[in-house]
Amino acid sequence: MCDDDGPGARTEAPLPASARVPAPRPGAGIRIDGVSLTFRGARTTHVLDAVDLDVAPNEVIGLIGPNGCGKSTLLRVLAGLVPADGGRVALDGDPVTGPDERVGLVFQEPRLLAWRTAEENVRFPMELAGWSGERQRARADDLLGLVGLREFARAKPSTLSGGTRQRVSIARALALEPRVLLLDEPFSALDALTRERFNLELLRLWERTGTTILVVTHSIPEAIFLADRVVVMSPRPAHVVADIRVELPRPRRLTDLDSALVSSLAADVRAHLVDTTDDRIAMAEAATAVTAGVRPGTRARHADTEPGTPAWFDPFRPEDEA
Amino acid sequence: MSGAQAVPGSTTAEAPGPPRRRRLLGVAWPVAASLAAFVIAWQLVVLVSGLQSFILPGPLTVAQRFVKAWTDGTMWPHVAQTLVEILLGFAIGATIALAVGVLLARSRLAERLLSPYLVAAQATPVLALAPLIVLWFGNGLPSKLVITTLIVFFPVAVATMVGIRSVDPRLLEMARSFRATGWQTIARVEVPAALPAILGGMRVGVTLAVIGAIVGEWAGGEKGLGVLINIARASLFDTPLMFAALAQLALIGVTLYLVMVLIERRLVGDR
Repeated sequence: MCDDDGPGARTEAPLPASARVPAPRPGAGIRIDGVSLTFRGARTTHVLDAVDLDVAPNEVIGLIGPNGCGKSTLLRVLAGLVPADGGRVALDGDPVTGPDERVGLVFQEPRLLAWRTAEENVRFPMELAGWSGERQRARADDLLGLVGLREFARAKPSTLSGGTRQRVSIARALALEPRVLLLDEPFSALDALTRERFNLELLRLWERTGTTILVVTHSIPEAIFLADRVVVMSPRPAHVVADIRVELPRPRRLTDLDSALVSSLAADVRAHLVDTTDDRIAMAEAATAVTAGVRPGTRARHADTEPGTPAWFDPFRPEDEA
Repeated sequence: MSGAQAVPGSTTAEAPGPPRRRRLLGVAWPVAASLAAFVIAWQLVVLVSGLQSFILPGPLTVAQRFVKAWTDGTMWPHVAQTLVEILLGFAIGATIALAVGVLLARSRLAERLLSPYLVAAQATPVLALAPLIVLWFGNGLPSKLVITTLIVFFPVAVATMVGIRSVDPRLLEMARSFRATGWQTIARVEVPAALPAILGGMRVGVTLAVIGAIVGEWAGGEKGLGVLINIARASLFDTPLMFAALAQLALIGVTLYLVMVLIERRLVGDR
């Protein structure tokens, strides 16, 4: 299953039986307790408003909400990348205080290091953690097998399709055996069919690794297909407006999506989203959109060096007055 | 690049043997032709103007003098000296510049403290500084290294700074999510990501290093191609030797530039 959208794309290939799977560590429970966050900068943005959410160990949560409502920010708070102003986040009772090795984060874009092969990208977190070369190699081999990319170990990201790159990034997120996997619209850049296939694969990964999963998505069917519970969030400042249990049996099949139960669940989710998809709100959200990877209010380190504008040693740079 | 039939190994082993040679020939032809045109034009100027060889020697005269200078042992000691100055000066200058560039990229304070001096040092012609540097560091290798280091420093430091500042912030966030320390981020994300820019700066730097070495030798020295040019002009009145030394210098510059390009291709060619 190398190519997702090429002419000769192969469909589901069974995972090689030889794929050594690490002994599953049970996923951690997540407790989000009144988490609030306001970005203060040139423009003050109230992003999260007392978000409460309890996630059981090994549960899959689909997080859905209008554009820019703060779902991604909530994920970053969970990953310890952004500290909350108020409230607390704990995994199995231990608070998250900074970037946490119990958490694996998959971004919307693969964010691979272009100069490294697939295998070296998967080894990146292990290198940072100071693992021995032998241990790194064995673990990377396991992970690439897990996502069905062993034959691409030596390929550079630029030679891989978008979906394959995202698979590498999922393997990377699983590198340190996290107990919680957070995914931020992981398949939104893929075409609809590939996306369905990736959702199936994600569930298979979940069965094999036993991590708790929290996945942000814009797609109602996707959320229902993946999740044990679909959590609907309000527009900014975000809070939880609905928590809908999905009573679909597992393992799930793509044909489950055509069932009456899914339709009624989808209608339910949509009903809670409806008052949030107002055009006026959407426009307001767009105006204060938060750029991925940049915390609002922090001084931009990069703004002055957009490609093609080598503005070095510029004493008149506007941001310096801020 | 989605939709590309990705087969491992297809990126590197695509052109073995003949196609590769044909491509080399495709590059070699225009280069050879332009060289030939240059030599012919040069010879024509000599013929038409009727200038004597102590003012403008013809290409053949220069070529003969070049071969003689190599065979009678005149050339080598000077070439060796200048090469050491260039390579060592470049290595020192580029290394310091890399460190300072990283510092400048990461710290606004450092940039504000240092940039006036950096700009001033760059704006002051090295040619004007050279006599002073020779006065302080003497006639030998150290003064040449200081001058070469100075001249290499600026382009590499600025390229490093700009390169690191334009690293995708999303990669930095990714590294942070895996609890990368500051040093790990510099060494494993920022510098590798900025490598194309840094190598571009070094490509400029290596040709400037040649200028630095010659300027240093002119300001005072006993050996080196700059010295040889001075000797040929002032005491030997041997203009063909001067031209031979110039050609040798150009050869060194072009070779170093090509080596830099090869290193660049090797390190960042397949991104």
